Amino acid sequence: MKKEFSQKIGFSFISLCMFLTVLFLFSIIFFIVVNGIRVISWEFLTQMPKEAMTAGGIAPAIVGTFYLTLGSIIFSLPLGIACAIYLCEYSPKSYVVNIIRFSINNLAGVPSVVFGLFGLTIFVKYLGFGVSILSGSLTLAILVLPLIISASNEAILAVPQSLREASLSLGATKWQTIKKVVLPTALPGILTGIILSIGRTAGETAPILFTAAVFYLKGYPKSIFSEVMALPYHIYALMTEGLYPDKQVKIAFGCALILLFLVLLFSSVAIYLRNKHKNIYGYGN
Amino acid sequence: MDMGTKEICKVSYFDSIKIRAEDINFFYGKKHALKDINLNILKNQVTAIIGPSGCGKTTFIRILNRMHELIPDALLTGRIFLDGQDILSSCIDPTEVRRRVGMVFQKPNPFPKSIFENVSYGLKVNGIRDKNFIEDKVVEALKKSALWDEVKDRLDDNALKLSGGQQQRLCIARCLAVKPEVILFDEPCASLDPISTAKIEELIVELKKNYTIIIVTHNMQQAARVSDYTAFFLLGELIEFGRTGDIFKSPQDKRTEDYITGRFG
Ligand SMILES: Nc1ncnc2c1ncn2[C@@H]1O[C@H](COP(=O)(O)OP(=O)(O)OP(=O)(O)O)[C@@H](O)[C@H]1O
Ligand SMILES: [Mg+2]
Repeated sequence: MKKEFSQKIGFSFISLCMFLTVLFLFSIIFFIVVNGIRVISWEFLTQMPKEAMTAGGIAPAIVGTFYLTLGSIIFSLPLGIACAIYLCEYSPKSYVVNIIRFSINNLAGVPSVVFGLFGLTIFVKYLGFGVSILSGSLTLAILVLPLIISASNEAILAVPQSLREASLSLGATKWQTIKKVVLPTALPGILTGIILSIGRTAGETAPILFTAAVFYLKGYPKSIFSEVMALPYHIYALMTEGLYPDKQVKIAFGCALILLFLVLLFSSVAIYLRNKHKNIYGYGN
Repeated sequence: MDMGTKEICKVSYFDSIKIRAEDINFFYGKKHALKDINLNILKNQVTAIIGPSGCGKTTFIRILNRMHELIPDALLTGRIFLDGQDILSSCIDPTEVRRRVGMVFQKPNPFPKSIFENVSYGLKVNGIRDKNFIEDKVVEALKKSALWDEVKDRLDDNALKLSGGQQQRLCIARCLAVKPEVILFDEPCASLDPISTAKIEELIVELKKNYTIIIVTHNMQQAARVSDYTAFFLLGELIEFGRTGDIFKSPQDKRTEDYITGRFG
């Protein structure tokens, strides 16, 4: 009797926690949708801002976020995967490697504004890339590198040793084994990590604050050395600057909705891919 | 140990030696897993390796195609000759050794690729590009491993959709496709039902015409059914080696007798 009673209490408590969590999540989404949906229109998505940010669209910010995200993935992907391969397959199990792993994990916990300052010092100033897509992408790339490394790392470690042995026992070299068996098998897991990190990059504000983003730009960026507008920074700017807060807040919610939509879209794709491959392969993620 | 040597001298009169293990000692860190193993494996014969769990059977056969090199902190002394050539020597390419000495593992481990890609994998990594040649070899290997009839209509299906027994025969086909000279089977039927087991046993007997076969097994009947020679390992030592009939009918060592009659192990 007593056991059943405490089980009931425990279960109710867990349900309550779950309910609260879901409630928070949905109220955030609900709040943003309700406030943002009114400004969303085709023009909002495709036109330039007008009348000192109080009308028109947010197209350059969407495009800017796209460039920055794409750029960061281009830089971080090869580096991250190569690094994970080295750590999993080549590095001797030594003290030094443990330190490297430890550092990478710690890098993931560094506040993003610190990456912003780093990017400002190194890319913008020292290397002279200026406030530009290039500087912003590189900064974001460093930010997501730990994510990509640890996702790839896990995916590679999840590839059963028996597959490596099977490959080697057929006369394959280590490199062939990695290229033809380990990486393809780990791919769904790696992809998931990448897509999640795309979501993360798209929403980051602090790293691009000093390295890439500007409040307003006439026209679209022309090269990787151009400054850009970006969704998260645009929201920040609309809420903190300008002369018409009332009108700006509405647009800010519109931006937030678009950003939220993009991030959710990326996450859903990641989850879809992961599940799909889990079903076929049974392992490898 | 004496037994082994005596038997080797006797049999080498009428059979030729494919693999010769000389004074093999193997250590996992401090653990002495194989002790002074001397053993000859004869060409076109099936040699069964039996012994209680943990006696070093897997360790021994993995040395024969240099798979032991994947283990960190392992130490090996002694020599392995394949057709008279010392394959442990550092000037020999391990991938070449592994192509000549194939291996089928205890648990089926097909790649998460299509059936066709599984079988063609070994050919491709060994530099063969000719599509028609590869196709022929894949069909041939699948036929030899008695899997062809079951998969001929679905070569593009993922190999993981096959049953455990089919997967194991696929792994055998994958191994056969690269035309090894020796095939090492590490308890190939451990996770299979009696029907799949019977199929694989038939296959092993069939394969012996063209290959030299070593099979690790915990199943005494299986050893008796498929093998020509049997080696009995205990705690890292080779206790007895001889013709399977002799070992099962009149074992020379008390420990061998105890093991095969099921008194311990
Ligand atoms: N990677 C390893 N590191 C350390 N010790 C190991 C390792 N692999 C095996 N051993 C030890 O070496 C001994 C021989 O192991 P091995 O796997 O060769 O036994 P086996 O005869 O194949 O046993 P089984 O019949 O259970 O497969 C065992 O005592 C085992 O604990
Ligand atoms: Mg074993």
